[in-house]
Amino acid sequence: MSLSDTMTRWRYRAVPDHLVGEILTKRWVDNAIPMLILLAVLAVFGSLIPDFFGSASVTNLARQWGEFGLIVIALMIVMVAGGIDLSVGSTFALGNIVALALISVAEWSVPAVVATTVMCGAAVGLVNGLLVGYLRLRAFLTTLVTLIIVRAIVDMLLLKYSVSIAAAFPDSDLWYFFGEGFLLGAPFSVVVIVTIAVIIHLVLSRSRAGWHILAVGGSRRSAHNVGIPVRRVICSTYVVSGILASLAGVLFASRLGGAGADTGIGLEIAALTAAVLGGNSLGGGRGSAAKAVIGSITVMIIVNSLVRLGVTSGANSLLLGIVLLAAVAIDVRWLKNRHKVLSKVYVSPTYADLPPAPPTSGASPYALNDRLRPVELIGLGRIDGPEDVILDDDDNIYVGDRTGDIVRFFAPDYKRQEVFAHTGGRPLGMAFAKDGSLLVCIGGMGLYRVTMDRRIERLTDETNRSWLSIIDDSRLRLADDLDIALDGRVFFSEATIRYEMHDWPVDCLESRGNGRIVCFDPNTGSTRTVLKNLVFPNGICMTHDGQSFLFAETWGCRISRYWFDGPKKGTVEPVISDLPGYPDNINRASDGTYWVALVGMRTPSVDLAMKMPGFRKRMARRIAPDEWLYPNINTGCVIRFDENGRIIETLWDFGGENHPMITSMREHKGHLYIGGIFNNRIGKLKLDGMDESWTGQTSYWGRT
Amino acid sequence: MRALGHLSQEQIVFGLAVLLCIGFAIALPGFLTTNNLLNLVRSVSILGMLGVAMGLVVIGRGIDLSLVALMAVSVAWTLQLVANGVPLHQAVAMGLAFSLVTGTITGCLVAYVEIPAIFATLAMGTLIYGFGRYFLLRLDVVYMPEAARHLLWLGQGTIYGVPVPIFVFAGVCLMGYLFLRYTRAGHYLRAVGDNLLAARITGIPARPVIVMQYVLSSLIGFMAGMVTAASVASMNTRVAISTYVYDVILVVVLGGIGLSGGKGGIRNVIVGTLLIGVLLNGMTIMDIQYTVQNVIKGIILLTAIVIDTIVNPRDEQTAQQGDI
Repeated sequence: MSLSDTMTRWRYRAVPDHLVGEILTKRWVDNAIPMLILLAVLAVFGSLIPDFFGSASVTNLARQWGEFGLIVIALMIVMVAGGIDLSVGSTFALGNIVALALISVAEWSVPAVVATTVMCGAAVGLVNGLLVGYLRLRAFLTTLVTLIIVRAIVDMLLLKYSVSIAAAFPDSDLWYFFGEGFLLGAPFSVVVIVTIAVIIHLVLSRSRAGWHILAVGGSRRSAHNVGIPVRRVICSTYVVSGILASLAGVLFASRLGGAGADTGIGLEIAALTAAVLGGNSLGGGRGSAAKAVIGSITVMIIVNSLVRLGVTSGANSLLLGIVLLAAVAIDVRWLKNRHKVLSKVYVSPTYADLPPAPPTSGASPYALNDRLRPVELIGLGRIDGPEDVILDDDDNIYVGDRTGDIVRFFAPDYKRQEVFAHTGGRPLGMAFAKDGSLLVCIGGMGLYRVTMDRRIERLTDETNRSWLSIIDDSRLRLADDLDIALDGRVFFSEATIRYEMHDWPVDCLESRGNGRIVCFDPNTGSTRTVLKNLVFPNGICMTHDGQSFLFAETWGCRISRYWFDGPKKGTVEPVISDLPGYPDNINRASDGTYWVALVGMRTPSVDLAMKMPGFRKRMARRIAPDEWLYPNINTGCVIRFDENGRIIETLWDFGGENHPMITSMREHKGHLYIGGIFNNRIGKLKLDGMDESWTGQTSYWGRT
Repeated sequence: MRALGHLSQEQIVFGLAVLLCIGFAIALPGFLTTNNLLNLVRSVSILGMLGVAMGLVVIGRGIDLSLVALMAVSVAWTLQLVANGVPLHQAVAMGLAFSLVTGTITGCLVAYVEIPAIFATLAMGTLIYGFGRYFLLRLDVVYMPEAARHLLWLGQGTIYGVPVPIFVFAGVCLMGYLFLRYTRAGHYLRAVGDNLLAARITGIPARPVIVMQYVLSSLIGFMAGMVTAASVASMNTRVAISTYVYDVILVVVLGGIGLSGGKGGIRNVIVGTLLIGVLLNGMTIMDIQYTVQNVIKGIILLTAIVIDTIVNPRDEQTAQQGDI
């Protein structure tokens, strides 16, 4: 191995490229960026302002944040449903003046004041909601106008009551507690906003009403088509927004107790900035209470710190304007390009150095021949993609096909066929259990059982999630082949956890250990992953000792043996590490050896590409998938080998005239039955010198 | 409604303005004097000019909420430059250049970064005001310096007894009309506003046309600002954070230029301006409180938007997700 190869290998071993793509698939990445911005803002202003983290400073900031945060949450709810509410600033001012007027001038009790003020806010929200929701006006302009109108009303109230408000001192401890009190060690307004944020979060993420809101924001037309009352949902978001904004006004009133002409002016811009900065999308469908909270804290700190730094008022709006522009720009570009970026970075090939491929000519055990030429064809043109073939005690053939059926061909001449069961997924590897039921790995679904009376039962479709995996690897994406141990435990391979079934060539492009072998124990009903980081594990076959199984790693071109019991329990040993092609299913042969199908043969170009991850990455990013360099899967062969890895014989159909494309083979009563995932036939080959009474069932379960 | 169906919104609004005129003429003494009428037109000519600027953008399916802020800051800066001793023509050139550059930036944000116009211009308005206050201007209000005395004619002079601002307004309207009617760029502007995707497919340079809208709007805005400054011999930058820009939108929407773009023309702006002018003038004569006037204007604007929505319903083809 040359020095550059070594360096490439270490480079790809040390840097986990694939994590970037996986992180981008997660929903929480939307929150991660605003969170980083928040931390940056904290770091900058924390170092600029002395005593920034002092308790007095933090308490003061937190109390103001309580009010501002409520407004941002109010705006967020409307934005999530695809609208916008610019009147929050005015509603806040209205809440402030109404609360003050009621408590100071009218001298109402505190609960009545809060209730009435909130009703006022709800009324403003209702007007917005009726106009935007039911009359379908443009949200932006409509709420701008209500902003102006409500502001004018506030100004009228101010003219009338500001003097008497300034003169009065409300006689209520509860009122002052709202503004200055602590609950559980936190300022009251913080308790309020945390409670409301939690409630809003639960509603949005867990309740029907919240899902309706998100659905309307995500796609108004689709929401309407599935029967969601779109207009009512939109209207209700504005009402909630009005309620929360006026509640913030109450808190503000109780804290400062004064009504100024500039209360709440420009607040809508700050709130909008906060909401967008937190990652809530303009136009709806994406937003959460957490995003609103993060954004509001960030903007709160920026605005407050600028005041404390003594910067003139212009700088404040300058900075807010820039932040708003940047946040909206990022939001727009991010939403537009996220899937493009993802599709570019998700595929991340790694360095895979395969041992030199043995020759297939001359004295090599893999030498080409025509021994598959005389196969008898079953169901030619009547079956689409039999990945695996299996025969029951009555010699009937079972195969899965591309349309999700398990098809049965009836013995003895196999002219008749019927749909044995319809699975709905892609039936791949099969095995008969001791009780005669058929266990199937179904791509895209998991491990299933078809009983003798054709009932389909799910055995498992998930395994334990690995702690350090970024993508959720608990669901089974591509269960591939299985075999059953004597005690009934089912070991099955999952070829890849990063791709869906139809993307299997892309997994080859990566050639990373994305696959695993999973064990389902019917006695306890549990499913556990037993082996991880395998390179497209495919065929699995129990050895004759009952303590281990052989498994093939397709893109790794090797067959290994894993002991799940006995003295060597838990160890993996290589059996054949330099196959000339890509191994698929493995099955027992009658003389104690094993059959393996090579789905395709290695080519020098692909082998070379495997050592050049950068090349494959560029290929995946820059050219269309149709033009990619794929492994050859058109020509293959069947190999018989023993437990020591010695190749006993190789069966070829040179030129692929009678049976190209092989993924599996099954020996049964002196014949070999051959299937191929892209084939339209089942091959039947008379074997010379093999036990004519041997069947898989007798070999596994001792039945006759 | 059926009987009204034959009338366009423009005609309805014009009729309303005439009715209001008649009503005020009968009810308010002193309304129908030549002096008051000239005063009326003069007072709304600035609003009308801004309406033309806004109208051009709205016809192109955009909206420019930074119009007033840009006008205030660029003109105030011009005045301050003159006060600092920069020659008048050079100061005006610099102010105009500032205005155009800012307009281009706004246009690029909308056209190339693809920020929705409403947010881009809202943020730009805040940003421009903040930038002006922090970097360019010392005070909120910049008074017209001695050296700029020549400019006063623009706002306070008369030609044959008719105030100059009216002529400027008429000029701007004429230019806007000719632009929309006879120039290729004007046709492109309307095509982009009518159906952006179709315009792009037919080969119209859609993005440059969008940038052009905002450059035009900043140009007209600057002219309107100069007239404003000349009329009152000062420029109050606080107008940037007032609700003045919504009066401009009121004029445009009221005149019948649909917010979904592609519809309407300069005549609609004139009609809208007329109605608002009559209304404001009448309310001022009646001595209605400023805040109440705001409420009335707000309700009228709301009604105008409701009518706009009913007359130009947003069907599912033109209404896009996130179009707010």
